[in-house]
Amino acid sequence: MKTRTKPDLSADCAGIKSPNPFWLASAPPTNSGAQVMRAFEYGWGGAVWKTLGQDPPVVNVTSRYGAMDLGGTKIAGFNNIELITDRPLETNLREIYEVKKRFGDRAVVASLMVPCERAAWHDIVKKVQDAGCDGLELNFGCPHGMSERGMGAAVGQVPDYVKMVTEFVKEKAKVPVLVKLTPNVADVRFPARAAKAGGADGVSLINTINSLMGVDVETLVPKFAVGGKAAHGGYCGPAVKPIALNMVAQIANDGETRGLPISGIGGISTWSDAIEFMLLGAANVQLCTAVMHHGFRIVEDLEAGLRGWMRRKGFAKLSDFVGRSAPDIVEWKHLNLHHKTVASIDKESCIGCDACYVACNDTTHQCIAVDRRRGNRKPHVVTDDCVGCNLCSLVCPVEGCITMTEVETGLKPLTWEQYVKNGLKGYGEVYRRH
Amino acid sequence: MAAEAKRVWRDNFSELKKPLGREEARVEASRCLYCYDAPCVAACPTHIDVPRFIRQIASADVLGAGETILEANALGHSCARVCPVEVLCEGACVYHDWQEKPISIARLQRRATDAVHADGELPFEPGPDNGRRVAIVGAGPAGAACAAYLRRLGYAATIFDRRPLPGGLNTYGVAEYKMDRRTSLEELRLLFRLGVGVKSGVEVDGTLAVRLLKDFDAVFLAVGLARARRLGVPGEDLPGVVDALAFIARVKARDPKVVGASAATVVIGGGNTAIDAAAQSARTGTPSVTLAYRRGREKMSAYDFEVALAKGDGVRVLTDLAPRRVLGRRKVEGVEFVRTRAVGGKLVADKRPVVVACDRVIVAIGQEKDRSVAGLFGAALNADGTIRVDPATLRTTAAKVFAGGDAVNGGKEVVNAAADGKRAAWSIHKTLRPDAVPDAANAYWVSTIDGRVVAPIVARGGTSS
Repeated sequence: MKTRTKPDLSADCAGIKSPNPFWLASAPPTNSGAQVMRAFEYGWGGAVWKTLGQDPPVVNVTSRYGAMDLGGTKIAGFNNIELITDRPLETNLREIYEVKKRFGDRAVVASLMVPCERAAWHDIVKKVQDAGCDGLELNFGCPHGMSERGMGAAVGQVPDYVKMVTEFVKEKAKVPVLVKLTPNVADVRFPARAAKAGGADGVSLINTINSLMGVDVETLVPKFAVGGKAAHGGYCGPAVKPIALNMVAQIANDGETRGLPISGIGGISTWSDAIEFMLLGAANVQLCTAVMHHGFRIVEDLEAGLRGWMRRKGFAKLSDFVGRSAPDIVEWKHLNLHHKTVASIDKESCIGCDACYVACNDTTHQCIAVDRRRGNRKPHVVTDDCVGCNLCSLVCPVEGCITMTEVETGLKPLTWEQYVKNGLKGYGEVYRRH
Repeated sequence: MAAEAKRVWRDNFSELKKPLGREEARVEASRCLYCYDAPCVAACPTHIDVPRFIRQIASADVLGAGETILEANALGHSCARVCPVEVLCEGACVYHDWQEKPISIARLQRRATDAVHADGELPFEPGPDNGRRVAIVGAGPAGAACAAYLRRLGYAATIFDRRPLPGGLNTYGVAEYKMDRRTSLEELRLLFRLGVGVKSGVEVDGTLAVRLLKDFDAVFLAVGLARARRLGVPGEDLPGVVDALAFIARVKARDPKVVGASAATVVIGGGNTAIDAAAQSARTGTPSVTLAYRRGREKMSAYDFEVALAKGDGVRVLTDLAPRRVLGRRKVEGVEFVRTRAVGGKLVADKRPVVVACDRVIVAIGQEKDRSVAGLFGAALNADGTIRVDPATLRTTAAKVFAGGDAVNGGKEVVNAAADGKRAAWSIHKTLRPDAVPDAANAYWVSTIDGRVVAPIVARGGTSS
């Protein structure tokens, strides 16, 4: 009988080691030692503690979370207005110490947020290091409440502040420092560069996105309101994954930050979501919304799925694939204008719902036709007119029915950059422009 | 005739529960609510983590789902087809409380185990050889499951079985339209690649028993039940009277002579085997099939959905009829019944006979207990003929002899036998090595023997241990 290979799942993000790459993000699931210990019993590789601040602790409001359901899917997007920990610092420090004592092999990272003063940062860094944490995560991302008080995203949105506070922390830090970035900026590369310049050992991203969950059209009151009034919150969950992936890839590929360790966060629910972040350069990943939906147990599925995939792909350790797909994320001007795909509809599996027909005909390039004359409901692609936009395959409900097939054009690759350099010459028409 | 037989096998004996299509599977898997302390897990005798494997299917980790299933139930591939899920996992689904259709757990399970079989590789391997040997008597679901888990613990496992093919009732007794023989054999072929030795065609007698007790460190008795119970009425030995299991075994062997063999069949009995026999008689081309049961419909042990299936096949179900004799001179010509009614729990027979003409009688009133095998190993029986065991450990009254499956429970489902095999494997290990704790490779399946303990809800500020 063939011996099954046992992939090594151990992860190292900026020198913070964990037996697997799955960490709980700094959020309600890591609010207390009891929760973190229970999570570790289920197998989580690490936990970033719910952000610690100065005493006296903050006060939270009641009514804190909101969600967006899509069709039958609960919590496609999630929103919160909860602040950092509302428990005394001393309590959290004692519990961090207890967790580390019992689970020495797991990563316990302290998320921190105090005012932008050197002494305040020095003080809290010393305290959490004494408690035994394995790393620090500077919360420069929280977009609600704390930002109004000059912390969280208010720091993350100003690269100079990012650099300054990172430097404060690095003056005292004995453990690796991750800077958690906010996506609520025009270009995430600037704060990432600033973090690196300030001496950060790595970055973690994304924090939540500014959001408002809606207004009840019957009562005219904002949804998930606090006594009739709502404040904007931070958006996360499956819906934000593409936004997070883009930012991770941007930092992985940026000339200034290339090689800076990344802890990937944003809408991860399954093993394959996690792998996507790692393929684009994340050394490990952090989860929250999926855990808040289903509990700590999901780590078992994450681990099993990752291990099975690595076995199928022949990867023995995470570094075999971390960042493997990042070089394939390029600027638009480097895409091949001579690449051509066209849609094809599988007559066998087509059910004749016309979703592709109406989408193509009304909104894109009018290259799907239906010939009703002989009682034929099934549409076909007018291949010569197809621009290969994918829309039909995206709206098709039948998996595998519409495929996008590469067409050999016989033309040498040509990018926009080269095309411009050639004086706009040398483009062979790969699709018909009306 | 050969062409007719071919048509019958193709049209009437393809599997009743079809595999899920891709879209069906996607929609069905995403419907699962992923309950925490899930009632479906509790309802499964092998405690498969159903929500977990369904979530794995939903996240496109179908092989991972197969691993979750086969860890808890080595016979998960056949159980996906033969389990009466309506009264087990699917019957427990929380959707019932919502007046909605329960999750199609069996068909999702089948999707996962089919993928494992298509992949051709078991999700686990044998443990390092520990130098000890266990003999297993009976290659049915209990014996096969026990052998598989023993191999994972590093034991040499040898199964002795009296039939030519392994699988017991999975291979010889499960209605062919629920699971064909090929599927049962494929399941075992993959499972036995763990390194299970199988000695087929071996009848266990006193000499062999002595040798097994001497040569092996432990023995697991998974002998099932013995021969079919007889009616005890005149005419029972006429040609044309067959017992249900012998009839089903012929169907499962796809004996062409069974097709069109009878113009009118009477099946006697009220259990699921009687239903299986009646439906398979109809499906092999018997135009008139009558099932007769001596008590009322409510006393029939056959599940409602099984009775509905037989009726759909055109089987006429008659109740409150007790057979008085089988009619016929040289061969069966009919059955004479008397009408019965229950008076104070006892059956009272009418005087007037009711005759149902037929050319074949299938007797399906249960199997007798095998009262001989346990004794050969020094194990005592209960008064009802089942082997006496401690339910927690499946130890018999004889040293190093364990027992499980139908021989112990008197005749239950495949999944009960598979659960016993798993329990026995760990119990044998704990008996031979009392200080054993499950290592990483075995911890998960061992945790499913009594069901995983769901983490307690702890008060805020408390710790969970």
